[in-house]
Amino acid sequence: MIQQERMIVVRQSEIAHHIFELTLQGQIVQDMNPGQFVHIRVSETFEPLLRRPISIANIDKETGEVTLIYRAEGRGTKLLSQKQVGDEVDVLGPLGNGFSVETAPEGGTALLVGGGIGVPPLYELAKQLNARGIRTIQVFGFATEEVTFYEEQFSTLGDTHFVTVDGTKGTKGFVTDLLEELKPEFDVFYACGPMPMLRALEQFYPNKEGYLSFEERMGCGIGACFACVCKTTDSTDKDYVKVCSDGPVFPKGVVQL
Amino acid sequence: MRRLTIQLPGLELKNPIMPASGCFGFGKEYGGLYDLSKLGAIMIKATTVETRLGNPTPRVAETPAGMLNAIGLQNPGLEKVMANELPWLERFDVPIIANVAGTTTEDYVEVAKKISTAPNVKALELNISCPNVKHGGITFGTDPVVARELVEAVKAVSTVPVYVKLSPNVTDIVEIAKAVEAGGADGITMINTLIGMRLDERTGKPVIANGTGGLSGPAVKPVAIRMVYDVYKAVSIPIIGMGGVSCAQDVIDFMSAGASAVAVGTANFVDPFVCPNIIDALPAKLEELGVKHIKEIIGRSHR
Repeated sequence: MIQQERMIVVRQSEIAHHIFELTLQGQIVQDMNPGQFVHIRVSETFEPLLRRPISIANIDKETGEVTLIYRAEGRGTKLLSQKQVGDEVDVLGPLGNGFSVETAPEGGTALLVGGGIGVPPLYELAKQLNARGIRTIQVFGFATEEVTFYEEQFSTLGDTHFVTVDGTKGTKGFVTDLLEELKPEFDVFYACGPMPMLRALEQFYPNKEGYLSFEERMGCGIGACFACVCKTTDSTDKDYVKVCSDGPVFPKGVVQL
Repeated sequence: MRRLTIQLPGLELKNPIMPASGCFGFGKEYGGLYDLSKLGAIMIKATTVETRLGNPTPRVAETPAGMLNAIGLQNPGLEKVMANELPWLERFDVPIIANVAGTTTEDYVEVAKKISTAPNVKALELNISCPNVKHGGITFGTDPVVARELVEAVKAVSTVPVYVKLSPNVTDIVEIAKAVEAGGADGITMINTLIGMRLDERTGKPVIANGTGGLSGPAVKPVAIRMVYDVYKAVSIPIIGMGGVSCAQDVIDFMSAGASAVAVGTANFVDPFVCPNIIDALPAKLEELGVKHIKEIIGRSHR
């Protein structure tokens, strides 16, 4: 159930260059699932006006805390990065349909592929897959070393591989270069990152079950404004899907890439 | 809550607050958040004869205290709206104002004729002001003669009162308002969005794929207030005012300028509970003003 709540800032710190880790506490954490997102109003004024959609990186139902990892790049996220411990933040959520943890076969292996700020939602996913006895292989691509994060946290969950475009950390290149080299054995893959990465993965693993998480400019975040639509591959049923309410996670092959 | 009731052609409103067309879909998303029976009315998303896919993305861009959108009238088409969307809304005790759009006069007439027969559609809102489609829409709303003729054609087939949604993208909005009144319009809704553009800082090119978009949000409120103020003086049919409404004071302002009811648009995206919140806040506003019934403030700017 979608709710609006004034959540409390528990912690906030810059964990990489312009990358912030924000922990909020509130009731709505109890309803959260991996791959879902929250829609945050960063200001009490009209500036900026719209909410900011941010993915969920870690859910702790015991403490009622959710951790978000985001890049402070635009006006909105920069304001969010200035929130102090104890501040209240207007949060709408949880929104969208997350990753399906159940479809991974028990005792099987899942490949998690993330690009840049698409990596965070894969952390909660990896935790929940591990809890179900599913092994995770994690391959993450970043632009450069200074924007990488969570290496230690991911390493405790499964084989973790980093790749950077400039080669400053891990191997040099894109995630697909590394995947070609690693040739991982797996049953299902999950991915979140830029469109070219998602497209490459679909072409890379045409016969594997896969789930992709998309990003698009949003208005309302709940499916009413039709801003964040994507074309589908099959136009017999629906020509467009809404990233916010039909997604952000779609089974491979649904969205036209 | 008796002090908030408003009677308009075709519409018995519990209160003067309704979500604006295009900002509320067909109600399903918000219906999952609160009881839609609380609303005065609902202006559903524009309906065209055929299914429309809308414009390419990006479709929205944020601007200072506002946003630009160029959705492009995406909707499932008349048949599906009649079969699925309107029946679903019947579970709520709320009148529906159906926004009617098209490319030709015949399109408007066809949609109006059929959609006005739906049991919960109590009024039509003729969309002659959408700035985001290449044909139809705004082209009907910028020429007083064309606008009047369209209203006459639709009035001839509609079984419910017809309101006309005016575009602010004209030299003289009063002239258009008078023309649609002469054509037999039962009311006016105003304003639609203002055509605008935002450029990408890096490339210098428009952010929105459509190039231009419609500006909405608090930034447009002074423009809308001025236009409602001027049109109120020139016509005798009621006005449903809108443009940047986000709190109870905005409602008071629009009604003071001459609106009999008020629609809330972009603010629904910022706070999905904004409509019920405004409705709850209105009685205290009336207390502050020493007013017994909200009707008393309609047009008070002019007295």
